[in-house]
Amino acid sequence: MTRRPTAWHTATVVDVRPETPTAKRLDLDVPTWPGNDAGAHLDLRLTAPDGYQASRSYSIASSGDGTRVVLAVDEVPDGEVSPFLVHDLRVGDEIEVHGPLGAFFVWMPPADDDPRPVQLIAGGSGVVPLYAMARAHAVAGDASEFRLLYSVRTPDDVFFRDEIAALAESGAVDLDLVFTRSSPPEASFPPGRLTAERLRDAVVPAAHNPRVYVCGPTPFVEAVSRWLLDAGHRPGDIRTERFGGS
Amino acid sequence: MDVLDGNALAGRLADLLGWDATDSLIRCRSCGDGGAVARVAVYVSAMGAVARCRSCDAVLLTVVDAVGGRSWFGMPGIDALEVRRA
Repeated sequence: MTRRPTAWHTATVVDVRPETPTAKRLDLDVPTWPGNDAGAHLDLRLTAPDGYQASRSYSIASSGDGTRVVLAVDEVPDGEVSPFLVHDLRVGDEIEVHGPLGAFFVWMPPADDDPRPVQLIAGGSGVVPLYAMARAHAVAGDASEFRLLYSVRTPDDVFFRDEIAALAESGAVDLDLVFTRSSPPEASFPPGRLTAERLRDAVVPAAHNPRVYVCGPTPFVEAVSRWLLDAGHRPGDIRTERFGGS
Repeated sequence: MDVLDGNALAGRLADLLGWDATDSLIRCRSCGDGGAVARVAVYVSAMGAVARCRSCDAVLLTVVDAVGGRSWFGMPGIDALEVRRA
């Protein structure tokens, strides 16, 4: 696999729209960007007029070649960077981005005819890099079995709701949504946190040898990793990415 | 403070090395445990970051952000880091 070179770039905001009640989708144009491998992230740096700088990591929702980079940023209350991105960023603004980053947490379409299944497990906004993988899989049309288990507070909090629904409808991805606070009337489970049992019922069984990608807040990733190991998944087959609130 | 993981070091290590080291292997000087950089424990604060071994908790690496776009890297606990030559 050839790595895409990592560097600092100047990005221009070309679109800002609501993603969920607390998140915005940001479309960036980065003329010098080398393209996106699904699952990668970037560091975004803001500089105040007095020279003070703050940077944060955000997963990239777009995949494939091109200079367009799509982010979905959830506001962390009392955060330093995300409230600015969610409330104050405007079309035409320029920001600095460093990337693409995170080769460990990247999925590439396999070359062989009998690829291993892929299980994606997301907590909240942790779905962003996993959505990029699911979409890259749908575009590549490779033979991998793909499942997405997505734990989210309410139906309104689902990131890329229409896009993920379309991926599920087309059969590219098997989708399991776990609503932790409130669920739609048609849901087969009452709202509640993901449990070891529900996880085991929803994911590709360890015997089928899946690659597993888990992204979410640290406590979510820790719990899911423990349950996966208890269910017989091998440590080396589980790739995790944690984020915190800042 | 939440414990993150080595994915959070990707940008800082790219500043240092010029490439993305998250899927490179790293070995702890204290206990000899090895694995991908992305799997180590990382604590991030406004001052910088500290990476610790998940097996023995030894400090592998420290990054302190200074003014003027400078950072100070310390690597007290890294025995070896995998580099894939081009």
